[in-house]
Amino acid sequence: MSDIAARELRIVGFLCNWCSYGGADTAGVSRFKQPTDLRIIRVPCSGRVDPLFIVKALLNGADGVLVSGCHPRDCHYTDGNFYARRRLEMLKRLLPFLGIDERRFHYTWISASEGARWQQTVTDFTKRVHELGPLHARKEATP
Amino acid sequence: MRVGVFICHCGNNIAGTIDVAKVAEETRKLPGVVYATTYMYTCSEPGQEEIQKAIKSENLDRVVVAACSPRMHELTFRRTVAKAGLNRYFFEQANIREHVSWVGEKKEANTNKAIEIVRMAVEKVKQNKPLYSTSFKVNKRVLVIGGGVAGMQAALDCADGGLEVLLVEKSPSVGGMMSRLDKTFPTIDCSICILGPKMVDVAQHDKIKLHAYSEIDEIKGYVGNYQIKIRKKATYVDWTKCTGCGTCMEKCPSKNSYDHFNFGVAPTRAINIPFPQAIPKKAKIDPNYCRQFVKGKCGVCAKVCPTKAINYEMQDEVITEEVGAIIVSTGYSLIDIERLPEYGGGRYPDVITGIQYERILNASGPTSGHIVRPSDHVEPKTVVFVACAGSRDKSIGIPYCSNFCCMYIAKQAILTKDHVPDSQSYVFYMDIRSPGKGYDEFTRRAQEEYGVKYIRGRVSRIYPKGNKMIVKGADTLLGTQVEVEADLVVLGTAVISNSDAGHMAEKLHISYDTFGFYVESHPKLRPVETNTSGVFLAGACQGPKDIPASVSQGSAAASKVQALFSKDMLESDPAVAKVNINACVGCLKCVKTCPFQAIKEKELRDGRVVADVIETVCAGCGVCTSTCPCGAIQLQHFTDNQLLAEVNAICLT
Repeated sequence: MSDIAARELRIVGFLCNWCSYGGADTAGVSRFKQPTDLRIIRVPCSGRVDPLFIVKALLNGADGVLVSGCHPRDCHYTDGNFYARRRLEMLKRLLPFLGIDERRFHYTWISASEGARWQQTVTDFTKRVHELGPLHARKEATP
Repeated sequence: MRVGVFICHCGNNIAGTIDVAKVAEETRKLPGVVYATTYMYTCSEPGQEEIQKAIKSENLDRVVVAACSPRMHELTFRRTVAKAGLNRYFFEQANIREHVSWVGEKKEANTNKAIEIVRMAVEKVKQNKPLYSTSFKVNKRVLVIGGGVAGMQAALDCADGGLEVLLVEKSPSVGGMMSRLDKTFPTIDCSICILGPKMVDVAQHDKIKLHAYSEIDEIKGYVGNYQIKIRKKATYVDWTKCTGCGTCMEKCPSKNSYDHFNFGVAPTRAINIPFPQAIPKKAKIDPNYCRQFVKGKCGVCAKVCPTKAINYEMQDEVITEEVGAIIVSTGYSLIDIERLPEYGGGRYPDVITGIQYERILNASGPTSGHIVRPSDHVEPKTVVFVACAGSRDKSIGIPYCSNFCCMYIAKQAILTKDHVPDSQSYVFYMDIRSPGKGYDEFTRRAQEEYGVKYIRGRVSRIYPKGNKMIVKGADTLLGTQVEVEADLVVLGTAVISNSDAGHMAEKLHISYDTFGFYVESHPKLRPVETNTSGVFLAGACQGPKDIPASVSQGSAAASKVQALFSKDMLESDPAVAKVNINACVGCLKCVKTCPFQAIKEKELRDGRVVADVIETVCAGCGVCTSTCPCGAIQLQHFTDNQLLAEVNAICLT
């Protein structure tokens, strides 16, 4: 983690209660070390994540947003994660039009048993956001 | 608003890497927070009393506990605040253990993160509304999926407790893997002799309805009220007429059908009863081999059947049932030896799997219990057992231990010596894992009394030479290469999940791990429950398990069902979607997206059409809420305002 600057950035994580939040818990129980920038918001399902939450977070001061749900076909609510995938894929393409680098947003699938995968995802995403730097310090290029 | 915040030390788990006093100090500065304190173990009895006292003395109307994961103790603390007279939804838990103290390395950064997480919880709890559950009736019938030893035990325990049980088994007979075993370790009990009576009990119990050769098509509903579609697969034999006399099987001219029960050790007939003790003891046609189906003419069985039970036109039948709880005991499979090329990958007839050897040892198996090798039916004098064939092997994606191979290999080596006294057995093993009661003594007996030679090391290659199999491996204790000329090689193949385990999990809305085994609610404290209430696990569908473990888990699952059904009414989760009819424009997008068909359109008195949530059907996912273009349908406890309060707590500071 030495390559990540000491200064913290604001990263918001929306995690579904059944898979990814459990995965983050598993990572905790297994003591998988992670950078400390991310703050997790628990939602029942990744399908509950309104794309506008992400936009709002980014416009209000977040430097990165991560969404994680259950693996496709393994949703506690049958297919909430499929709705999430559609919406978030759309959002990803929309972000550059708002002047936000789409790499500041990432969505993925992590199951409750995948603590190591969670650690990897947080570490990689945090590193990526740190490489991009704080969102509001400089104006980002639009395509 | 008067928020009280309790920051837990969790012994050293939290306080070790977070400055909890500072978290409390910073929390006190937050608007609305009137009380913030730290406590050693908040979840303990005095800890909970502390919360209740503070609610009274400080006149708190909202409570935040910063401690472990809400998946661990949210219910505990909700009960605590409810006891003090607060609505239980006026509680929020900030996870500063799993998500902070256990994963962050620097105390200062951890403390800052904890402060922010507590602030998020405070902002959320300030937005919370009181919610009230309604109660609904429980259908006190239970569905058991899988009729192996775990499922049968669960079914019998439920039925003995007076519950109506539906037992659905996909193969033509109950019994599962245990019915295929010859003897059981470490007692050398005859497996079918102890299982057979249980199978008969299952068939004869007046509370158990057995659907053999049936599969689950669809599961709908929620705890207490599940609707199940069961597909009774076509057997082409009318089981109400079949008496199990076996005449059809004797006369069937198609003699080369694959024998699923015996794992293909010897062929069977196209119409067959799987084994002599089968329950139900009824015949079934395998249409892949039956001449009537393949060539369009034969009809021998129909001619000889004394009760005219054969019906070539039979179709699958789908029946609908309603139950209140489900026990999943779908068991396991064994790795296909084609995935083990270094051991011949199934090309050599004298390299067989442990379960096939079990059938060869069995008195009612294809060889009537005489040990002969498959290639030339000669009695083998040297038998080599290979443990961990595929298991504990990252290279083929199975890093876990298969749990019972060490023991059954020792048992089979002992039985080999019993059957063929002048034989010599070798066991190649990585480690001997025999922690059960009497297990270690048993593996020692194999070595000391029966002279089985144990060689610690992996087998690198198996290949034929003349009529022998050469087994090449390392002896890691002596540090030498070993080569054994064997007449027969038995592989202790890896235990894997069923190929359709994922599909079944999707139907049940339960989660499964990377290997396809079902995930329990908590690995230590809730080992038979899943995260879907009303669905319980038993046996090896959760991970490799031997017979005693499967049976205990079957009984445990049954007792969980009994506890669930001890109430006539269950309380619903009030965190469901709710429509604001003043804001709803009646686009009904929510109706289309709801995965549970929980939203219906409703006409108001003025003729306006709006959405309406059926509260008992709503599972609380919130897909509708993020679909609604005007924010009219809100998932309670996770409303837009509540979640944005958390977002703003992170961003706007």
